[in-house]
Amino acid sequence: MSTATVSGPRNTTGRSGPRKSKLGWNLLGLFVFVTAGFPVYWMLNTAFKPAKDAIDPDPSLLPTSITFSNFSRALNIADFWGPVGRSLIVSLTVVVIGIVVGMLAALAISRFAFRGRKVVIVGILAVQMVPLVAMIIPVFLLLNDLGQYDRLSGLVLTYLTFILPFTVWTLRGFIVNIPRELEEAAMVDGCSRTTAFIRVVFPLLAPGMVATSVYGFIQAWNEYLYALMLMSQQNQTATVWLGNFTTKHGTEYAPMMAGSTLMAVPIVVLFLLVQRKMAAGLTAGAVKG
Amino acid sequence: MSAAETTAPVKVPPARSAPPPTPPVVTGGSTKRLAGATAVPWALLAPCLLILAVVLGYPLVRLVTLSFQEFGQSQLWGFKPAGSVGFANFAAVLGDSEFWTVVVRTIVFAASCVVFTMVIGMAIALLLQKVSGWVKTLVNIALVASWGMPIIVATTVFKWLFDSDYGIFNALLSKLPGVDMIGHNWFASGPEGLAVITLLVVWGAVPFVVITLSAGLTQVPKELEEAARLDGAGAWGVFRYVTLPILKPIIVMLTTLSVIWDMGVFPQVFVMRNGHPEAEFQLLTTYSYDKAFVVNDYAQGSAIALLTVLLLLGVIGVYMRQMLKIGEVE
Repeated sequence: MSTATVSGPRNTTGRSGPRKSKLGWNLLGLFVFVTAGFPVYWMLNTAFKPAKDAIDPDPSLLPTSITFSNFSRALNIADFWGPVGRSLIVSLTVVVIGIVVGMLAALAISRFAFRGRKVVIVGILAVQMVPLVAMIIPVFLLLNDLGQYDRLSGLVLTYLTFILPFTVWTLRGFIVNIPRELEEAAMVDGCSRTTAFIRVVFPLLAPGMVATSVYGFIQAWNEYLYALMLMSQQNQTATVWLGNFTTKHGTEYAPMMAGSTLMAVPIVVLFLLVQRKMAAGLTAGAVKG
Repeated sequence: MSAAETTAPVKVPPARSAPPPTPPVVTGGSTKRLAGATAVPWALLAPCLLILAVVLGYPLVRLVTLSFQEFGQSQLWGFKPAGSVGFANFAAVLGDSEFWTVVVRTIVFAASCVVFTMVIGMAIALLLQKVSGWVKTLVNIALVASWGMPIIVATTVFKWLFDSDYGIFNALLSKLPGVDMIGHNWFASGPEGLAVITLLVVWGAVPFVVITLSAGLTQVPKELEEAARLDGAGAWGVFRYVTLPILKPIIVMLTTLSVIWDMGVFPQVFVMRNGHPEAEFQLLTTYSYDKAFVVNDYAQGSAIALLTVLLLLGVIGVYMRQMLKIGEVE
């Protein structure tokens, strides 16, 4: 699959006609669409199939009959709403703390020149780079010492390790895109620094804050390792819940795909709403340099 | 919050280059005001730094100290004090040939993931410039869907695609003339299983690369490409000498980020192998996890984690330099 797409863009020598060449590119594009989209399609296809059709050694590519029974089975495996509720609580708390604390910090590094600014930026970037897996052992010990092991508050604390640096850096990207002159004009008109920020910058920043929150929410919601390690079976979160379909007796694939669908669809839809803005925020200025 | 609101284009002057470097704090003349202005940013930063110190700083320090101690079950429960053992943990890890096998495997795995991700991502980004609008929309939908899929869901789905008995991949392959893959177990051997996991990682990572590079490609001046073409450059020449240099900062950023992420791959292997990766599947992350939580040697697990971070330090340095450059321009 890689060779086809790689060699494609280079062969633009045949300039026989714009329409004809476009057809080739479009076919290649459709191939990418099918390849990239297939796992998602196959998840949905299996989720709505009768469970016995799912274990047909020669599965049909198109749906033959549709059923919702996999979903009811999925909802009944262990408890579904408990883990989802816990994931919601943890993700929302993390995002609220992250956005409030992160915005103050982002403001400091993007709107003030002060000694030590560079050190702070380097520090915030650096901690983002430490792999979560490397941290799991000391984090586990820390929570153990604090009596926060197997508690939602403990999980919130650990999620801040990756949500907070991310929030600061992304919000910084959005803030630097708001011209400083706007604030200065407001201050000339008699606003204080704080009111200038609240009246001028804040409204312009709102969409960026929404995008950052949603993205942060998704990251927290999707986290697996800490959720697995730091919570016991009866306190598991949504991502860990998916593991319940695999038991000693094998895997129930059709209900598992229904469970996967339940988990993925809301997140993908949320993601769809903000991805354009996030790509802009994450790469702001990257090419201007 | 409505969809329209969140997806609305950024309301900023579009072609604004770097703002003039106005010294922001010298608006008031008096020294008193200046002093106050230095306190403000630190006050704004205080909550953030405080939280990071607790949740990140402390564990990081603990990671280092832990790797110089003896720390197992009895130390965890407080039956025995954690005594210092100097470099013994590192000596044990580095002296184990298994560790070096895992290091090589991890590097090969991460490198293939990064190369495939970047090459395929670049090819698709370039392709998207050539296709009709409706094809572009379709590809974008597929990419965003795979990008937004929780890793754990994606892993579960790939496990199903490559199931030995009922997986669609074996069934499709077997439709090819002369190929019989029915019942083939992709996870019977490490290299094949890791190839499937590479595919999963690349599938999940390509969308971010495509979308970021596409954003970058829109900033490549059309006049430059035209000029190069007039000077006789072919498609490859234009790409090599015009597009690539302009995209370089983004490419450096994406490559270093990918290296960091792909060296940290964990749930994909862990879940694919039902929580117990076989020796042939161990990467540095799962190896460290195994040492700590399966063998209950937290100190050696920490030493391995620390060695992984050290291994990454060079890459992290390149990434930071690039990001700082970007930060300075603004």
